[in-house]
Amino acid sequence: MAIEVRIPTILRTYTGGERAVEGSGATVTELIDKLEADHAGIKDRLLDNGEARRFVNIYVNDEDIRFTGGLDTAVADGDTVVILPAVAGGAR
Amino acid sequence: MRFDSLIDSVGGTPLVGLPALSPTPDVRLWAKLEDQNPTGSIKDRAALGMILRAEKEGLLQPGATILEPTSGNTGISLAMVASQRGYPLVCVMPENTSIERTQLLSMWGARIIPSPAAGGSNEAVRVAKRIAGENPDWVMLYQYGNPANADAHYEGTAPEILADLPEITHFVAGLGTTGTLMGAGRYFREHKPDVRIVAAEPRYGELVYGLRNLDEGFIPELYDASMIDSRFSVGPRDAVRRVRELIATEGIFAGISTGAILHAALAQAAKCVKAGESADIVFVVCDGGWKYLSTGAYEGTLDEAEDRLDGQLWA
Repeated sequence: MAIEVRIPTILRTYTGGERAVEGSGATVTELIDKLEADHAGIKDRLLDNGEARRFVNIYVNDEDIRFTGGLDTAVADGDTVVILPAVAGGAR
Repeated sequence: MRFDSLIDSVGGTPLVGLPALSPTPDVRLWAKLEDQNPTGSIKDRAALGMILRAEKEGLLQPGATILEPTSGNTGISLAMVASQRGYPLVCVMPENTSIERTQLLSMWGARIIPSPAAGGSNEAVRVAKRIAGENPDWVMLYQYGNPANADAHYEGTAPEILADLPEITHFVAGLGTTGTLMGAGRYFREHKPDVRIVAAEPRYGELVYGLRNLDEGFIPELYDASMIDSRFSVGPRDAVRRVRELIATEGIFAGISTGAILHAALAQAAKCVKAGESADIVFVVCDGGWKYLSTGAYEGTLDEAEDRLDGQLWA
């Protein structure tokens, strides 16, 4: 079993239109490096100076990695990683 | 309890235990029933706080028009307070919100300017900022950046909870304007710093995230990441599942966003059980389910409910 990585609409140009791709690695950093190897150009859209871009949120099993160790957050087979742009949300 | 007027009765909501949903006798869940505010949501606190602050600072003169980007509860709360204090209200609202919200806003006398569904609240904020520029005499209270929004929870919600439950270990609330979490988070940081602050962020269908460039995202000006300790993203399926569980087990009829918050609270509770810690976890019931009946969230299978909520701003 691999790691499922869900790709937001705006970044599917890098994944041939795929909504979800398989990833691997022991940390989010390794996972993103593997993504870059498979889908060249995507890393630069996610990271800036070695950090997640300001308006990019990355979740491992629904938890925002900014609060779980950042790009060093551990990932393992069977995990789901979701990448989403920051939005204002809904019923406010 | 007696009050001089309806707006004087905002806040002071009950905190109730959830004996059936609490996973163990040592890990307990508590619900702060914000649906029991005058217009039925937690936003009464922020709306009243922002209007009183603007009056006090002289930004809001008698009869001035108030403008606000809002897809629902804040608009309804502002409409009620504004009607009581003599201000016309204009709400900029995404067109893909539930019909009940439009009906309620109209009932309290607000005028609605629709913003395009694609882009969700980001778009409503953008449209409102443009309209504000075109109408310099209108007053935009701007819930996403108005410190009075967070202060309402610093002064009300959080101290009420700490008084009722001094043993609180976790506070869980929804992340939208971020006002609840920023205000309550700051209060607990100052008064009981070992309380962990947990955010539940709704995850919508793809339409809502739009096709915009990743550099054009939106983070509310109020947001300060140091006020929270963890942040869960919750999709509509889990939110609906939990909101149904809440009514089935504890009899509490809440809105869909509360289901998302409960999901994060239960995830936190499971972590505490696993770690062998005792915990008193308070989560916010933001509003009742009445405004969301037409979304179909409360009937049929989870698959059906999930399909119906796709593309809607359900929280």
